[in-house]
Amino acid sequence: MSDFLDLLGLGPLALRAIIMAVVCSVACALLGCYLVLRRMSLIGDAISHAVLPGIVLGYLLSGQVGGLPVIAGAMALGFLTAYLTEALRSSGKVAEDSSMGIVFTSLFAVGVLMVTRAGNVDLDPSCVLYGNLLHAALQTVPMIGLQVPVALKGMLIALAATLLFVALFWKELKVTSFDPALATSMGINAALVNYLLMSMVGGVTVAAFEAVGSILVIAMLIVPAACAQLLTDRLGVMLLLASMVAALSAVLGYLSAEWLNTTPAGMMAVWAGLLFLAAVLFAPRHGVLSRIVRNARLGIRIAGEDVIATLYRVEEAKGRGERPDTALPIAEARRATHGLAGWLAVPSLWRHGQVRFVGRGRIELTEEGRRRAEALVRAHRLWEAYLGENLSLPADHLHEPAERMEHFLDPRLMDEIAAQLRQRETDPHGRRIP
Amino acid sequence: MEPLLDIHDVTVAYHRRPVLWDVDLTLTEPRLIGIVGPNGAGKSTLLKAILGLVPLASGEVRLFGRPVAEQRRRIGYVPQRESVDWDFPVNVLDVVLMGTYGRLGWFRRPGRKERARARECLGKVGIGELAQRQIGQLSGGQQQRTFLARALAQQADVYFMDEPMAGVDAATERAIFTLLHELRDQGKAVLVVHHDLRTVPQYFDHVILLNMRLVASGPTTEVFTPDNLRKTYGGRLSVLDSAGEALRAASGD
Amino acid sequence: MLRRRALTGDAVSHAALPGVCVAFLVAGERRLPILLFGAFLSGLLGAMTISALRRWTRIKEDAAVGIVLSVFVGAGFALSRIIQGSVTGGSKAGLNSYILGKTAGMIAQDVYLISATALLCLVLVVLLYKEFKLISFDAGFARVQGWPAQPLDLLLMALLAATVVIGLPAVGAVLMAALLILPAATARLWTDRLGTMLLLAAGFGAATGAAGTLLSASHEKLPAGPVIVLAGASFFLASLFLAPRRGLVAGLLARLRFERELQERYLLRVLFDLVEPQGSDHGSQNGPTTVSFDDLLGRRSWGRSRLARLLARAVRQGHLEWCGADRYALTEAGLRRAAAVARGHRLWALFLTEYADLAAGTANLAEESVESLLPPDVVADLYRKLDQPEAQARGALSPRAQ
Repeated sequence: MSDFLDLLGLGPLALRAIIMAVVCSVACALLGCYLVLRRMSLIGDAISHAVLPGIVLGYLLSGQVGGLPVIAGAMALGFLTAYLTEALRSSGKVAEDSSMGIVFTSLFAVGVLMVTRAGNVDLDPSCVLYGNLLHAALQTVPMIGLQVPVALKGMLIALAATLLFVALFWKELKVTSFDPALATSMGINAALVNYLLMSMVGGVTVAAFEAVGSILVIAMLIVPAACAQLLTDRLGVMLLLASMVAALSAVLGYLSAEWLNTTPAGMMAVWAGLLFLAAVLFAPRHGVLSRIVRNARLGIRIAGEDVIATLYRVEEAKGRGERPDTALPIAEARRATHGLAGWLAVPSLWRHGQVRFVGRGRIELTEEGRRRAEALVRAHRLWEAYLGENLSLPADHLHEPAERMEHFLDPRLMDEIAAQLRQRETDPHGRRIP
Repeated sequence: MEPLLDIHDVTVAYHRRPVLWDVDLTLTEPRLIGIVGPNGAGKSTLLKAILGLVPLASGEVRLFGRPVAEQRRRIGYVPQRESVDWDFPVNVLDVVLMGTYGRLGWFRRPGRKERARARECLGKVGIGELAQRQIGQLSGGQQQRTFLARALAQQADVYFMDEPMAGVDAATERAIFTLLHELRDQGKAVLVVHHDLRTVPQYFDHVILLNMRLVASGPTTEVFTPDNLRKTYGGRLSVLDSAGEALRAASGD
Repeated sequence: MLRRRALTGDAVSHAALPGVCVAFLVAGERRLPILLFGAFLSGLLGAMTISALRRWTRIKEDAAVGIVLSVFVGAGFALSRIIQGSVTGGSKAGLNSYILGKTAGMIAQDVYLISATALLCLVLVVLLYKEFKLISFDAGFARVQGWPAQPLDLLLMALLAATVVIGLPAVGAVLMAALLILPAATARLWTDRLGTMLLLAAGFGAATGAAGTLLSASHEKLPAGPVIVLAGASFFLASLFLAPRRGLVAGLLARLRFERELQERYLLRVLFDLVEPQGSDHGSQNGPTTVSFDDLLGRRSWGRSRLARLLARAVRQGHLEWCGADRYALTEAGLRRAAAVARGHRLWALFLTEYADLAAGTANLAEESVESLLPPDVVADLYRKLDQPEAQARGALSPRAQ
């Protein structure tokens, strides 16, 4: 272990700092998941600013920076912020986001004033605002035979409390986040759960200050949670993923800050942002990239289907003796398609063995391609017939909707339509339905 | 016997705009009850007022002779489908399990028994095979069935349903209708906010006609009359026509 | 604020930070125009990122704002620390003040620049007043009308970013949000018109700034930023309580009066209902009959003490007489008033059933009767129906107002 650390050029000091960063960002991320799901992300920001007066009060009362009085003060302010915001909103005079903005900026201003007015207070405002990991890592106390930073104790308590909170109130948190009306109708007090959550956010926030500072707590609360939301559809998994993203960005953030000689807090936020960006782009189902790929696949499929439908009609024309052969030049087979998807369609069909080349850049259907084309043309003509019969549209208005629907009709629906049409043989244009 | 539901003198207002006005209503027997009225008539608000989800400007609601807050476990609720975030990271089974939370009380987690019941309820609404599906991937009808299964999992005596048939396919509507009848036959009361006048006589034994004020409440055959409908809907002819059609169809049966 | 985007302003102000740093790195010295330009660009980038996240992913607006805010600030911090490491001397001082604000630290040139930008914003807002009003109110409609909603929206964001950025040196990023929201929210309490609101907001903003700066200058150790915000918050609080129509005090008084009136009307109506059948049984229309307390108690869901209070007030107003043994009688004046109230109520009831399609739009609990709200022909029709024997047969006996 120590070899590995040496390899990275890190001493025990850095190890302590990293552990602290990981502990508090995981605690933040867990609560952050609920904030994101409740669409209350910004109250996280509000609380992280508004707890300042609570910290100062706790400090003035107890005379020490860490410890329970400060955390209690922060929890009280967390509750107060949520309560005042709700009170302002329900007075019906101010919109919710405005009321939140008013409450937290005012409380924050009070806090800043208190810090500067308190004068001889040994409470460095920049330490509260930006956090100072290394500084916190330096002040250690012995605990179970190890030199443990003082601040880590508070963070561990915060993490444990968060885990306990999430475990105990698992189903209450879930149901009040998903459907508060149902929760209330079942007798679960949604407001109470909400205020509990807000108090927890206040407490965790203040525990995290020493690591990341008040301004960046929001990054640890929201960004990993949002990232996890893009990656999964299960709440439990989301909590787990958010913790992992948080821990990862804490570690990477610290290391890169060391390397760039800058503040770990800022780099942790930057890494969380980068991980989020990666999730936005590459998430399996909800990512931008996967959506582009999905759309492109669909585009190619549709273009391919248009190509084989064209080829099928050519074969029909030959059957009627209007054409000498069943092959078409690629460009002509592709005339119903457009764009990049059209270019990619023929190679894709060929790879799937649905068309074959017959020389001089001409293609024709294989046996398999013919079967698929038949189904398509059947869908197309059934739909035309169905529309013609039930909506009595003029015949020249039928082709376009059918051109779109043919790609999406599944066999069951086709059979249903066919049954309704009582085995019609031809479409409204008089052509045979395969 | 205590009346099933006793709504006394209920007024609900947003600022000065009344949504419900002096509603007095007593239901004695468990039945399949339709709540019908035009848009903005306060149908959903009536349900919410009964469930204690909106503050009352005056009046009181009693369920089985006692305040609703003491009777939560006997209530099942199906909110409107749009009221929740369907992107929420839960699957169908999770949502149905939520129905059992009320009985579990604080801290206890749903166990094997609850899971089994949730699966059974999913089976009853005909989407047992979708248990592991994320809710965002469901169709409208499947979402509605999920909500119904959740209400069933509440094992309630009275069910309140807010437009369960809005925006669902015909098959789902039939399935819901059958289920509601089963519930009624088991001696449960079901109050359903309904918007389609044509199906009212076919679906419900009892109708509550509501337009801010209670227009009429009683057995469908007595209360669902053109005169009462005119009082509920005003002179909107198209509505009356479709209702008349429904009446003719019902009497022809 | 009108577009429910109060906190977007906050995010933009935070997002400006890395721009300042990058501009500083590029320019190599602290020159306000360059720094402001950098801040403007990155603020705009932040605003655009928020819209993009909202449109292209399942991330909701609030989370998008939070993400942009925090990540940009994080980047800003990291960059500023790098700058502090690489550049020697006191030139970094300017950066720190972007976060907390330092009004006194500005030099004259800065002030001119800030004033010029502020003026430009003002001119643009005045010129495009109509367009902004439209897209704030209904973007979809604006698009249909052929206004370029997208560019206008972007312009509004740019203006926001510019405003935020020029305000930054004065109050710092954290408190900037307060300056964006507070004056607007305060002004909103005083008026319902957008034009007046903008003027008032500007006024409140100026007053806030002036009061805060003066206060901070006159005392030692009072940083300007927080004081300005608190000054704004006090303006807001005062308005919240005292504003004439939308203020809390005014609202509370109006509600109490309204509720009392409503209860009084309920009481009179119940009394009338109780008295009426007895009166007609005896064949005498105005023979005052007594009503017992318990009778009244059972009629509606009111508590004992509330009913007692209501009755006492009615006695004070001369509508009721106490006849001993917990029995009450309507006085002559009381009967007339009760008849009017009951008639008004029955008119309402009749209106709601006869004109069910109009009902939802017009119903108003505050009005005793429909007469003042409806066109005369409708009222006449209702009068006619109310007095019809058929209506009386249904139990809706028509009490004649005197």
